[in-house]
Amino acid sequence: MKTVICIVCPKGCHLNIDEEHGYEVSGFGCERGIAYGVEEVRRPMRMITSTVRIDNAALPRCPVKLDKPIDKHLIMAAMKELDQVRLTSPVSEGQIVVENVCGSGASFISTRSL
Amino acid sequence: MQKIRDVIIIGCGVVGAATAYALARYDVDVLILEKENDVSSGTSKANSAILHAGYDPRPGSLMATLNVAGSRLSKTICHDLNVPYINCGSLVLAFSDADLITLESLLERGRQNGVEGLEILPPERLFELEPKLSRHVKGALLARTAAIVNPWEFTLAMAENAVENGTTLRLNEKVTAIRKVTDGYEVETNQDVHRARFVINAAGAHADTIHNMIAPPAFRIIPDKGEYYVLDKSEGTRVRHIIFQCPTPLGKGTLVAPTTDGNLIVGPNNELTEKKEDTVTSARGLVEVKERAFKSVPSIDFSQNVRNFSGVRAATEIDDFIIGEADGSPGFFDLAGIKSPGLTAAAAIGEMAVTLLAGRGLALTPRVNLVTKRNKIRFNRMSVEEKKTLISANPDYGQIVCRCESVTLGEVKAALHSPIPAVSVEGVKRRCHAGSGRCQGGFCGPRVVEIIAAEHGISPLDVPLDRAGSTILIGRTKGGDA
Amino acid sequence: MYDLIVIGAGPAGLAAAITAAKNGLKKILIAERDREAGGILNQCIHNGFGLHYFKEELTGPEYASRFIRMLADLNIELMLNAMVLEITPERHVHVINRDVGYKVLEAKSIVLAMGCRERTRGAIAIPGSRPAGVLTAGAAQRYVNMEGYMVGRRVLVLGSGDIGLIMARRLTLEGAEVLACLEIMPYSSGLMRNVVQCLDDYDIPLLLSHTIVEIRGDKRVEEAVVARVDQNLKPIAGTEMTFTCDTILLSVGLIPENELTDKAGIEIDPRTKGAIVRENMETSCHGIFACGNVVHVHDLVDFVTEESEIAGRGAAEFVLNEKSETADEMTLLCGDGVSYVVPQIVRRERVAKTQTVYFRVNRLFDKSRVVIRSGENEIAAFKRPYMAPGEMEHVKIPKALLDKAEGAIVISVEEDVS
Repeated sequence: MKTVICIVCPKGCHLNIDEEHGYEVSGFGCERGIAYGVEEVRRPMRMITSTVRIDNAALPRCPVKLDKPIDKHLIMAAMKELDQVRLTSPVSEGQIVVENVCGSGASFISTRSL
Repeated sequence: MQKIRDVIIIGCGVVGAATAYALARYDVDVLILEKENDVSSGTSKANSAILHAGYDPRPGSLMATLNVAGSRLSKTICHDLNVPYINCGSLVLAFSDADLITLESLLERGRQNGVEGLEILPPERLFELEPKLSRHVKGALLARTAAIVNPWEFTLAMAENAVENGTTLRLNEKVTAIRKVTDGYEVETNQDVHRARFVINAAGAHADTIHNMIAPPAFRIIPDKGEYYVLDKSEGTRVRHIIFQCPTPLGKGTLVAPTTDGNLIVGPNNELTEKKEDTVTSARGLVEVKERAFKSVPSIDFSQNVRNFSGVRAATEIDDFIIGEADGSPGFFDLAGIKSPGLTAAAAIGEMAVTLLAGRGLALTPRVNLVTKRNKIRFNRMSVEEKKTLISANPDYGQIVCRCESVTLGEVKAALHSPIPAVSVEGVKRRCHAGSGRCQGGFCGPRVVEIIAAEHGISPLDVPLDRAGSTILIGRTKGGDA
Repeated sequence: MYDLIVIGAGPAGLAAAITAAKNGLKKILIAERDREAGGILNQCIHNGFGLHYFKEELTGPEYASRFIRMLADLNIELMLNAMVLEITPERHVHVINRDVGYKVLEAKSIVLAMGCRERTRGAIAIPGSRPAGVLTAGAAQRYVNMEGYMVGRRVLVLGSGDIGLIMARRLTLEGAEVLACLEIMPYSSGLMRNVVQCLDDYDIPLLLSHTIVEIRGDKRVEEAVVARVDQNLKPIAGTEMTFTCDTILLSVGLIPENELTDKAGIEIDPRTKGAIVRENMETSCHGIFACGNVVHVHDLVDFVTEESEIAGRGAAEFVLNEKSETADEMTLLCGDGVSYVVPQIVRRERVAKTQTVYFRVNRLFDKSRVVIRSGENEIAAFKRPYMAPGEMEHVKIPKALLDKAEGAIVISVEEDVS
């Protein structure tokens, strides 16, 4: 039995996941908690938000996010990929900044127009 | 070879600045050496901000004479140089019959020292003046001439005026050696070697070290630390006078007073310390200050604390200021041991130094085209009409940088281009109060760093918080470049 | 004469202005002191915004841009770099800006949406020296996320507020070493999900019941002395440990920014440190409304938006259809376990179907009941599995039940023993 705190929403439900009985989840507040609980024990995934360099813009950094979560252990490698990026203004919100981050299939996209 | 100046002043705290200010009335070539990156960086910025009336020092002492004279002179200087000064008066509280006797002796001493406007008040009258005082108070000595001042602006204003009148100020120059040469002294610093006919030792807590570079040891600075609270403006009207307790052999006790910025200052305690630059506050010291202050004003709300600081008093084993020529060193004058009431006495000490120098042959020809006034724009103290005119003349005054204190971009820029320009975030704060309010620079700090960098043409990475080298930012994100 | 002047273009001000426009107000101005609209959301580049309101997970800039885009369509005027120096009960707004100068603008209604500020080192009086390297988490967030500067290499976070937790992760991702997050209370003051994904994920210890007792360092922070605290939050001698670090981030609470409110003579609730508000977010001053963190500190922007829409509707209603002041003002009071309630006053005839009441608990609660009482009578109760002071709670009380109440009503929390 593993206990994890659900991070799907800010409520923070305390989930119990029974690995020996087909990943049965208890303590959830909604359906999404069940999925999270199973995934968190089997293969934890995380979103990353960060920034990249941008030239000729009102600010020297442009905020970015992943369009879908990636394996938790890829986080630092994904950050390294961002260090290589240098955008030039104009950039629009939603624009792809890095494709297929660390081979995960996820992309970093800009989260503001600059 | 270096040109030979008339006078080198070592240290640009309030005493050095007042001496430079007094000398600048005359056509004299003066150099000030200051080891920090700004003036007023030691005791002069970390004290009670009080101009004492002068009932406390022993009659006949230098302290007594210079306190009373300084109190009057400071008022004129603050007026001329546009320095925040409020003649709010002070009260010494008596909590016991013994204290009441002390009040009588303070009153008598004050009369001997020539202090005007002293009166002992019975409780009824006292509580009318100050309703929030403890009901255990049995009476108080009212000193009508006591005042509050902004101490660093006072120091800065005198130094700036001296600079505007031809004085040279060298910052970041620490004196490392002094040598007697023909016709004067050679003063070596970490940067340069300077020469002058006369030397003034106004080195504050380091005055003994400087003295000992040229003369046999005559006194020792015994650093004595005091810790303070500065409370939010919501506490600023808790009292209207400077509230003292009866002095003890340790000092004037813990005071509660309004500040010229509308805050409330509470402190100090007394702690002997090993180090001359020990401005560390301690949990024990702060609790001590709090408890002592509650004795005078029980309703102080310390949850409104904005900032704590501590300052080191440059006390010596001698119970008076040490002012005079060092043994065997004609033309080298110590202005040392300037503990309380040093801030009050500074202006008079400066004048006394001029007299001492004249006595040794310094010619005092009045300066022609003497600058006597100082302009200072304080946006948040202006009327609506004045603000309108100011903004239309210079739009920088229509842009607020510090929201807590309503400080404009115009004022920040002025601080960065004044006769003694600010080089640090705290230097800006000392000059125009940006960051001195409730959020303590949480919002405007990054903006002030950006403005300093832009105006001085440096990288934000090189902007210090306060002293040289105290940088705030350590690098760039994302591979280290812009 | 403006129909409405909104002070602040953060999430609260934007939502209030937009809602007022949608409800019929024509001439609306938002005065914003910063260089752009969006407020603090611009530096909150992390995700987690919008789950309640948009049913999707957005970052701060994305959440802000959804509202900013609507301004132009609705003809809402936005004045940037504009500082409001004063407002008066007659609804005069003194504002300055480098281009327009000093203006005194008149408005039929005002919405206060100035947000909040961070508590500082002074507010908690940490002893020690005063070197560079001690900064609030919000200031650090601006430097790192917007300006691209690093603020430290070895970092200690004091306080477990959400911004502190988020910055612990952010600095770790940018290559700094975050040594620990210290919290003086026995529970985190931030959201649990942030403790998990910002600290646990990166093996950053959360030391509950710990605080900094001394900061050391000459020019830059060199060390911090940390100690455990007792039940009265006093450091316990002998538990001191020293961390070698160059930076201390403070995340020790937020305070509504009510200088303007206070100067205008508007009544302030000492519990929230924000204006006392009614069911439509109107303050004690007729026609002046308030919403968002200037009223009480929220932990989710979604609720700021909801609350600000109420204020926007309230302002529109006030301008278009001014009702006479009513006598029936019912007061909402804090009972056991509750540290504040918002709104503090309800005029029942203005409540449509239900009244949402926001509150915070003052300690941890497991299974419990939120009980609404009028005198001795329990008029409503709501079950909760878990409540913590770090997370704002709300209940929706049906108007029918409110109508049963006589006099003030009291909101309290009881352990559910059933």
